Amino acid sequence: MPDPQVHASGDGPSDASIRALVATAFEATAVDQQRDLQPLSDELLLLESGLDSLCFAIIVAQLEDELGVDPFSEMDDAFFPTTFGEFVRLYQAAAPDQAAA
Amino acid sequence: MSDLRALLAQARPEPGARLEAPQTSLALRDLAGLTGLGSSRAALAGRNVMVRTERQITAAQALVELDGLARRIVLCPPDLAPEHLEHVLRTAEVDAVVIDAPDAALARTDAPLQTLGQPDTPLLPPPAPALETEWVLFTSGTTGAPKLVTHSLAGLTGAITPPQGGAPRPVWATFYDVRRYGGLQILLRALLGGCALVLSDAAEEFRDHLARLAGLGVTHLTGTPSHWRRLLMSPDATRIAPAYVRLSGEIADQPVLDGLRAMFPTARIVHAYASTEAGVGFEVTDGLEGFPQDFVGRPSPVELRVIDGVLHIRSPRAAFGYLGPDAPMLVDDDGFIDSGDMVELAGGRWRFVGRRNGVINVGGLKVHPEEVEAVVNSHPAVRMSLVRARRNPITGAVVTADVALIEPNAAASPEQKAALRASIMAMCRSVLPTHKAPATIRFVPDLAVTAGGKLDRFHD
Repeated sequence: MPDPQVHASGDGPSDASIRALVATAFEATAVDQQRDLQPLSDELLLLESGLDSLCFAIIVAQLEDELGVDPFSEMDDAFFPTTFGEFVRLYQAAAPDQAAA
Repeated sequence: MSDLRALLAQARPEPGARLEAPQTSLALRDLAGLTGLGSSRAALAGRNVMVRTERQITAAQALVELDGLARRIVLCPPDLAPEHLEHVLRTAEVDAVVIDAPDAALARTDAPLQTLGQPDTPLLPPPAPALETEWVLFTSGTTGAPKLVTHSLAGLTGAITPPQGGAPRPVWATFYDVRRYGGLQILLRALLGGCALVLSDAAEEFRDHLARLAGLGVTHLTGTPSHWRRLLMSPDATRIAPAYVRLSGEIADQPVLDGLRAMFPTARIVHAYASTEAGVGFEVTDGLEGFPQDFVGRPSPVELRVIDGVLHIRSPRAAFGYLGPDAPMLVDDDGFIDSGDMVELAGGRWRFVGRRNGVINVGGLKVHPEEVEAVVNSHPAVRMSLVRARRNPITGAVVTADVALIEPNAAASPEQKAALRASIMAMCRSVLPTHKAPATIRFVPDLAVTAGGKLDRFHD
């Protein structure tokens, strides 16, 4: 069961709050895993962000608990993000659907 | 059956076909016709020879040199812990070791060491009649001493179809290490087909590896779903254009299969089920996760059945058994191997749902839940915990823990929950490798216990 920590109402979280949440997850995971995170920007390549596959796996699992959505497993078009901006947009696109469901 | 060197020679490799490592390469023709052992060949004939090399390319060379010559080849994986070396040497009755660099862990062993050089000496006199060399592989990633599994070359190559004349030869590459079953399959495909093979190197940056794959024109590329997800997340992925994409070693889920289809629209995408013990079980070519219902029970050289939700396999490609005096039986009375992989049938499709023993596969690294539970339970606020796999689109699975607290009210507010979660996770990270520490923690009022007083791992 996801923890409904972010949006208790029927309205999904805003794009800005999702971006902030994703950024926080990146930063917290980098600290936990003792990784040197590069400054977050839309263009930052995920594989050059300082995080490894395990870090991304942890971020996806924690975001699923917070947002109630795993966009990788629910997306219609197969698409793996390569940049931080694409990663954020994946969650922005997926979160409102989930909130409406 | 011919030995590996004879099979390689029969494949008539083209002059340009080489085993390619980052700094070095070996022509297949040289491998077929020359030796790097010189006069040491005689000293290794009929011996139980361990292959323990720093580099994959020398391991591959050693396999060609030793098949048909040695009585037994014991192929050391790159990550064999030094403390298990003695057990392996004893169990496999190793009486010679082939190396490519000084190895401190071998300093205390009595077995003579032979250093493998470049293949530069013609094979003279003609090799004596080939032995049926026994191949010994290691089961992967478990804690404790590895299990040693015995195969024949015929069994190991049983799933390989002979190359078709006329068609352009593939250029193989694998993200695996050829010293493990999955990588060895690809090495044998390249050698039996006389094809080039691009080897991976643990020290190489992913981007450099991709550049090498692109530069050498790889056509057939194999790896675990975790390897492939990493590729899909790389902006350099479009530099390669494989015609054949193969996944094995972990559960291939629909997102990774769809992602590969979108990235490589014209490629043949295959996911295979294989294990060190059972060999290559089957291949799935329809692009869907799991495997068709009728694979179970159909007449085929490799037979499948499902007993109590667990996949069993009977196969001519399976291992003969485990090595050692206390080794468990590999096959049951009917010749089936219990894979330990749990499957569920839904909508005409079998899907993998995890390991019966609860072992969690995090991007190819195995985690025993009991080991993590012991650490979580040592936290002063924790009464008990249940550690299990949680599906993950990046690493296949991550570790998650259900935690029952001594004082359930200790995590009443969201702030208390977050603080306690952080405290338990920090403790786990301080004593466990990162992939074993729980990625997420859920607080539960209670955990189910079986009649025998053990944690109920299969209780939903």
